[in-house]
Amino acid sequence: MAESEAEVPKAKPRPIVRLGIFLISHSCLFSVICCTAGVLTLLLLPVLAKNTYISENALMPGSANPMFSSQEVSEANRLVKSLTSLDSKPVGSGIESQRLIAEYMSDLGAEISYHKFYPRSNQFHPLHFFSYPDSGSTRENVSCISHGLNTVGIIRAPRGDGKEAIVLVTPYNSLKVGPGEALSLGIAYSVFSLLTQVTWLAKDIIWLVADSRYGEYAAVNAWLRDYHMPVFSGLSALKAEICPVSNVHNELKENSVTERKINDGFRRAGTMATALVIKVTDGSEHFEDSLSIYAEASNGQMPNLDLINIVNYLAVHRQGLRVKVEKMRSLINCKWLKILGEILQSLGHVAKSLNPQWKFGIPAKDYVEGAATLASSLYYQALGVPTGPHGAFRDYEIDAITMEISSRVALNNKARKNDFLLRGGRLIEGVIRTVNNLLEKFHQSFFLYLLTSPSKFVSVGVYMIAFALLVASLPVVAASLYADAHKVDPSFGIDKSTPQASATDELSITPRSCKWLNAAKKVFLVHLWGAVVSFLPYFICQIPSCTPTTSFVVWVLLSSFSLPILSLILGSSFSYGRPSQPQKRDWTLLKSVTISAAFIGLCLMSVINFATAEIGALLMVPMCLMAQPLKLDIRSRKLRKFLRVACNLALGFLGFPPAGFFVLKGAFEGFGGITVGDFWSWLESIWSWSSATYLYIGMVHLPCWVLCIHVLFHPC
Amino acid sequence: MAHLPRPTLSLFLVLSLQIIFSAIAFGSDFQESDEEEFSEELLLRPLPDRKVLAHFHFESRAPPSLSDSHGRHHHLFPKAIAQLVQKFRVKEMELSFTQGRWNYDRWGGFDPISSSNAKPPGVELWAAFDVPQYLVDASWKNLTHTLSGLFCASINFLESSTTYSAPEWSFHPSSGSLRYGTLPREAVCTENLTPWLKLLPCRDKAGLSVLMDRPSIYRGFYHSQQLRLTSPEFEGRLESGIVLKQTLTVVLQPDSQGASNTYSSETKLQPSWSLSSIFGRKVTSRCVLAKSSNIYLQLEGGLVTELENVRKENVISWIDNVGSEGWRTNPFFDLSVNPDSVLREVNSLHGSSSSVLYEYSVAKYSDSRPFDLGLKWKSPVVWSCPQAPLHASRFLMGSGNERGAIAISLISTGLNEHFLGANIVEGSCKLEVDIFQVVPWYVKVYYHTLRVFVNGQPQAVTDVVEKMRVSPSEDKVSPGVMELVLKFPCDVKSAALTLEFDKGFLHIDEYPPDANQGFDIPSAIISFPNFHARTHYFEDSSLKRSPMLSKFQEKSRVRSYSEVLLVPLTTPDFSMPYNVITITCTAFALYFGSLLNVLRRRVGEEERFLKNRAAKKAGRLAQLLSMLSAKIRGKKWEHPQSPSASSSFISLKLIVKVVLVTGIAIAWQYYSQ
Repeated sequence: MAESEAEVPKAKPRPIVRLGIFLISHSCLFSVICCTAGVLTLLLLPVLAKNTYISENALMPGSANPMFSSQEVSEANRLVKSLTSLDSKPVGSGIESQRLIAEYMSDLGAEISYHKFYPRSNQFHPLHFFSYPDSGSTRENVSCISHGLNTVGIIRAPRGDGKEAIVLVTPYNSLKVGPGEALSLGIAYSVFSLLTQVTWLAKDIIWLVADSRYGEYAAVNAWLRDYHMPVFSGLSALKAEICPVSNVHNELKENSVTERKINDGFRRAGTMATALVIKVTDGSEHFEDSLSIYAEASNGQMPNLDLINIVNYLAVHRQGLRVKVEKMRSLINCKWLKILGEILQSLGHVAKSLNPQWKFGIPAKDYVEGAATLASSLYYQALGVPTGPHGAFRDYEIDAITMEISSRVALNNKARKNDFLLRGGRLIEGVIRTVNNLLEKFHQSFFLYLLTSPSKFVSVGVYMIAFALLVASLPVVAASLYADAHKVDPSFGIDKSTPQASATDELSITPRSCKWLNAAKKVFLVHLWGAVVSFLPYFICQIPSCTPTTSFVVWVLLSSFSLPILSLILGSSFSYGRPSQPQKRDWTLLKSVTISAAFIGLCLMSVINFATAEIGALLMVPMCLMAQPLKLDIRSRKLRKFLRVACNLALGFLGFPPAGFFVLKGAFEGFGGITVGDFWSWLESIWSWSSATYLYIGMVHLPCWVLCIHVLFHPC
Repeated sequence: MAHLPRPTLSLFLVLSLQIIFSAIAFGSDFQESDEEEFSEELLLRPLPDRKVLAHFHFESRAPPSLSDSHGRHHHLFPKAIAQLVQKFRVKEMELSFTQGRWNYDRWGGFDPISSSNAKPPGVELWAAFDVPQYLVDASWKNLTHTLSGLFCASINFLESSTTYSAPEWSFHPSSGSLRYGTLPREAVCTENLTPWLKLLPCRDKAGLSVLMDRPSIYRGFYHSQQLRLTSPEFEGRLESGIVLKQTLTVVLQPDSQGASNTYSSETKLQPSWSLSSIFGRKVTSRCVLAKSSNIYLQLEGGLVTELENVRKENVISWIDNVGSEGWRTNPFFDLSVNPDSVLREVNSLHGSSSSVLYEYSVAKYSDSRPFDLGLKWKSPVVWSCPQAPLHASRFLMGSGNERGAIAISLISTGLNEHFLGANIVEGSCKLEVDIFQVVPWYVKVYYHTLRVFVNGQPQAVTDVVEKMRVSPSEDKVSPGVMELVLKFPCDVKSAALTLEFDKGFLHIDEYPPDANQGFDIPSAIISFPNFHARTHYFEDSSLKRSPMLSKFQEKSRVRSYSEVLLVPLTTPDFSMPYNVITITCTAFALYFGSLLNVLRRRVGEEERFLKNRAAKKAGRLAQLLSMLSAKIRGKKWEHPQSPSASSSFISLKLIVKVVLVTGIAIAWQYYSQ
């Protein structure tokens, strides 16, 4: 008290500055509280999830009676029958099925065109991240024989103005039409035939029968690319020269019985409003007919929540289907999650008994389910790889989902099959009619959300809290470390801002700022190395005939060599010679700068792909905060210190991306059959989808990990 | 190269003038007493895709106002229109309300109906004025407001200079006094039809307009009501007055009762129809005020060719068989009523065969014997409509909210070879295409990025473009207008034009309602000046001329409209103004609060006061409080030893107290229930 009163005449700092100083001085407590709160909030998210509701009033789902009747079902059966009979024939030229579908379409009076495409090999282009899917870059390795043929049918809305269109997509393998694919074609065809007769259409309907011979996504993406960025210049002529056999259209035209002109030009129908991908699987393990919704597109983009809402609403309340979204099965049997769920449930009970208006408790089972769904939602968004062909639409800012309808039993029974077709058809009709009601594009509801069940979601405002709490401790700790590093210097206090102090310490300022700059330089160097490491796979890919394991080994070797080379070139010292008195503490400065860099990286990533940032923060924040030279801890032989060492080592191990990957993979899928090459293949899949997660791992996570390890083994 | 179009243009002018003069001369023959006259006609045409086209044509003529002995009174001619013409000195005007799209592939693109009555969705208005240049805009604005009131439509939105444009030569040959505007989003319904019908002398109480049963005509696939005014008197030709042509073009799907939905492709019989089945009404009488009242049934050239092919097989010549049964029955269809006469098209350019027109006069029919023309198909027949030389489609390229491109693709319909047989000029055959495109200002088109591809090969713009006029858009003032004359080689298979654009930002109160739908780019007009859609029917010159047929004979260029495009623009969150106001108010409150605080405060006084109080009251609680406050103020954080210990002790106590109180409260709450 005496000292404080002695200093009274000094100007009092502003309250906000005082608060900042307070936080910094208690950074340890603050960071522990923040991190715990962040993790707890994340675990609480299933409890905080809200029920979905249809936000756009114009949609009016289910307000009209379905017109889809048994007549359409018989239409569907007709197509399915002819498809399967076609399949049983030995002549498998591949064009047969397309022609059959085109004939059926043209009988309905739709406009038909074929779209020929060449599959593109997935190649890593370091400079093509975030760029639009471009056309005409990798055309050189187009082979003539391997092309797919999409069939596109368009219904023009009778009184519509043709400015907008709804897209139905049914991927199927034209070489071998499976029973599920035939059924999905049947459902789409019956809906299509209904839509040719209805009078309420305001938007055109495009039915894309995607030839999934080279992958579902590739076919849809090729069509979308040609829809949005056609190439006019001489490509067709070139192709005709190279490929003399490409007279598919002629072949198709000759054989078509109908006189209707099948246009080989590309047909278009306005701006696409919504796309629905329809798939049928006859999985027989479920209790009832169910509908799985896949919504994640590249880089964690989601369609508008209203689209999922209307599908969910119509499926549950009109057709009585069970709606599922992807969940992490391994989490459902998780012991600790169950216990946590029960604790939350009892907490909820207590709260409810205190005040009946507090309703935050949910049953433990729901909690576990919600957590599993949330985890998978987070994972797929973080991965940045689309979960189906709908992902191609999101690249063009079109809301799209994949609806996978699966029946309870194998569809051999005819009545059962008809019932299934009827329900599926009515569901799709309902969704199309609802979207057709929409005057504007989807904009009313959320785009940033996580699903915890088909009818529950966590909006961005809620799930951001967890991330914000996790990340909030980083700048505080960085500041406190920075302050600590200066406080060690006895001639220097916090009152450096006062004029007389700065005047006296004129000399000591320059070396200190240099020290700070040194640390920054080191951090920059490591981040630069991270960028180099993330571009290395581009060159490794060029090595012919490489197994994943060998390329992974090559990558690791090259990366580890490139670090010393880079440091040599740029002249930074990673050698720890002459640990003089001030240099002994320079790990604090290094850690401070590392933490700042991690903070900036995480915040940037949270803008691009929130889920990645969230998972990354979970891994990285404890690692960065805990990092402390092992030597210091080992020197003082206390249990607490040893615990810290163990924690540091464990976190450092988990933080290494391959190690973390293997541990997580092992935890969820079992350790059997994991090879070193798995990580390479996983990364390959990520970069071929040009996911931002890859850049994050290479340029934020890995450098931070290296710096943390550097701090751990710092000689002081 | 610019001299090339001039001869053709002048030729065209001369020809059209001749025609107009002859028409006028012809008209004045039976217009001896300067009488107003009115005629009504209906053309029915079966379409290849199982639909029926019905084209109503009403024509009113008023004598020149100067020589009018009646002054400003009219017997038949609608006074509203006459006043409008007089007031705004409208030389020529066309207003169309359209719902649905004309299908150029299936319903034809070469005949007079498709080139003059196929219109873009929504409202299209153009007008040429006989006023000095500086008054044209003012007249246009007044005209839009007048028409808006007259037709219960929001035509007044065309008043704003951002919505209309002044095409110079590609749209209509007129010297700068023409204005053109479209409203693609205008909904068309009966409220627009009723005022249109009010302009007819018999309204819809008698005559052919009785057929316009609202549910039937709005159920169709295409619905275009049009009003066209010509008043040649302003051009110095005083002998003729105002001509008002009102047309209604609908494409209807006959109910195919009995014809089930089993689309077995071999036996695809066209649905039979009759007037009562497609309109739900019958023609009972003619409008007594009408000079002529006729119904025509047109069989297209393609259909006639099919019929003649059959005739070659069966020796029965159906068209030359003038017997009364010959008209009605042939291997393909039966007609329920005998036509009064049959007209054949002469000197048809396209195809080997020419179309045939059955004429029915309504005058013979009455309430007791209503006219109900029926067509019953007997065997399936497939034919195709004459197409424009190039099929035009326009679409957007690119995605995202930044930029994009407009592409116009022209694909040869494969018919131009024999059309152009007659049009080969000087050995080098050239296909001329005019493009007129208006783009709203918020779509910022870069006209220098115009690229042309012919047959899949990029071409230098100067090689293809004959003539070009571009007026770039000015933000919030005027739209961008592009007029192009392109010359392609005759054997062109496909051609494409692309123009890149940036998407602009609008001010928040400039967004229209439903802004999230996107913004419309009006249709482009693609016309072929070398091709003229005219069908000339052979008829006795002694007979009176039908106004509709004489209109078909007019030499008008083949024209087609492209699709309306929808450009998604970035839209703000429209609740943003509220947020902005809230945040601004908060910022202001904080600012003024802290400012007042600083101004009011005397730091020295406060410190002394605190010290005094601390000295006076050395109570335990006050001491604790002051220690705590010192702690929070952070005064002592450089001396961490003793205060931290004491403060942690204090805060521990405090926490215990708080927990105690909370526990008591919870327990009380718990047990009180």
